[in-house]
Amino acid sequence: MRRITWDRVISILLIAPSIIAIAVFVYGFIAFTGFSSFTKWDSLSPDFTLVGLRNYQRLFSTSPTDRFLCDLRNTVTFTVLFLAGCIVIGFLLAVLLDQRVKGEGIFRSIFLFPMAISFIVTGVAWRWLLNPGTVQTGSSGVNLLLQKVGLGFLRWGWFTDPTIVHIRPESGLGMFLKQIGLGGLASPYIGISLAMISVVIAATWQMSGYTMAMYLAGLRGIPEELREASRVDGASEFQMYRHIILPLLQPITLSAVIVLGHISLKIFDLVVSMTGSGPAFATDVPAFFMWDTTFRGNNFAQGAAIATILLVVVAVLVVPYLIYTIRTEAEL
Amino acid sequence: MTTHRSPFRWNRVVIYALLVIAAASYLLPVYVLFITGLKSFQEVSLARMWDLPTGLHFDSYIKAWLGSQKEGFRGLSGNFMNSVYLAVPATIFSALLGSMNGYVLSKWKFKGSNVLFPLMLFGMFIPYQSILIPLVQVLQKLGLYGSIPGLIFVHVVYGIPITTLIFRNYYAEIPNELIEASKIDGAGILGIYRHILFPISMPGFVVVMIWQFTSIWNDFLFGVIVTSRPAVQPITVALQNMAGSYIVEWNVQMAGALLAALPTLLVYVLLGRYFMRGLLAGSLKG
Repeated sequence: MRRITWDRVISILLIAPSIIAIAVFVYGFIAFTGFSSFTKWDSLSPDFTLVGLRNYQRLFSTSPTDRFLCDLRNTVTFTVLFLAGCIVIGFLLAVLLDQRVKGEGIFRSIFLFPMAISFIVTGVAWRWLLNPGTVQTGSSGVNLLLQKVGLGFLRWGWFTDPTIVHIRPESGLGMFLKQIGLGGLASPYIGISLAMISVVIAATWQMSGYTMAMYLAGLRGIPEELREASRVDGASEFQMYRHIILPLLQPITLSAVIVLGHISLKIFDLVVSMTGSGPAFATDVPAFFMWDTTFRGNNFAQGAAIATILLVVVAVLVVPYLIYTIRTEAEL
Repeated sequence: MTTHRSPFRWNRVVIYALLVIAAASYLLPVYVLFITGLKSFQEVSLARMWDLPTGLHFDSYIKAWLGSQKEGFRGLSGNFMNSVYLAVPATIFSALLGSMNGYVLSKWKFKGSNVLFPLMLFGMFIPYQSILIPLVQVLQKLGLYGSIPGLIFVHVVYGIPITTLIFRNYYAEIPNELIEASKIDGAGILGIYRHILFPISMPGFVVVMIWQFTSIWNDFLFGVIVTSRPAVQPITVALQNMAGSYIVEWNVQMAGALLAALPTLLVYVLLGRYFMRGLLAGSLKG
């Protein structure tokens, strides 16, 4: 009996350093950041005078800058396109690889290797690939490639294009929305920043192998009898994927949405190395704004407010998933 | 391969064609990185970006590695070594800590450990922006700010959730009867770890170490926040500075990018299978 209680003490001692570290460096620090977001701390020396929600109000207004509103628009653009890209491409690649192809291992490695490299490397490479070129140099990178293969009409400014696609207030639709009281929808903050597409391409290049791997593992887990049965019933391959395999892969899609979704909310490195804020904040994102305003502008309270908002959004996405996963695991 | 071989069919051709096109587009950026680095300085122009080099020149790699005193920029060699001095010890500490935690949380569960574990896991999903401000303050107080040991410390702390997760799932597969039997034989908690768990932990260690090495090597955010002096910066930060500077030609930037990617690519090529497992664990499906 003594032996067991002694082991118990050691077990607690073994894990105590980690518990303390997480308590302080995750939860304690989050609390400190949350507190700082309600203060006036806007220079190198801390100033903990409470100012209520002022830092948050500033973020959601257009003065002194509408940067955060642009960030939110860009994050939505990025998240939707990035998730769609990774899921569709990842699924298609997995289905192709699941057709008993020769050299499957090689193909799999090629689709997955970008995961092993840094977002910074990806950003540096893609910045040059998507560099549209200038009048002096002519087209460069992908634009040049498009020109060479006769698709020159697809050339455009990539991340240098500041266009925001949105409903114009003076357009017919804008007028109509205004009449039914939804005039707020016709705003440049509710739209698609075209420059963001370049960042999406780079990120999808890097991460779609991940969804491919997850879907492939899922496809391999589906018993061959199920496919045979569906073929015997006269279903086409397409019908089989549509009605039998896709529904079975839903849990994987959910995982992919959560994991990639939280990555896209936090995206930072890629933006820093590829574009920075871009023209008129066309590729600015919250994580970049936070870093910029906090560590370059010394506006700590403002940065803390952005960080807190980011954390809350990520938590809303991740916490239910975490609880759900642990519950289902406990049932097994 | 038990099913009979199907005769030649057009849809097989389509499948292979699609796969080859996809593979080519994934390799495109690497192709450009690679050939640009091999071109001589006279050959480098944006207009001839896609053309193969006429000969083999390693000038760009040498310049990216050593820098150029005349043009006034640092090479990446020092920063490459910084990343080595950072990633190797941090990976080893992380793995040991994760193994200990995983052991306790799978075989020595205590009251509340089922609540503690998800609370720990949450730490791997948080946007690090939400801890950076106090982190800098605390590191400054501890005298760790701006140094490689400081960065090692940060990576070990924020690596706890993922390493614990992978090891916990790994040890959960080991039957409890094995542990119980050793207890009856009089083995204590440390004895069981040393003689039973640790010897069969190698696959777990490989997965965790590859994962940690890759993420630490590739990290930029902690590096740029914790180290401000170029002499101690890890390679990702140095590469970003090099790429953001107008005095460095883009072929040198490309060569630098490939140098920065090389170690993790090598790990991936040699140990890809284990890399995959860490990847799947990252989505909690260990």
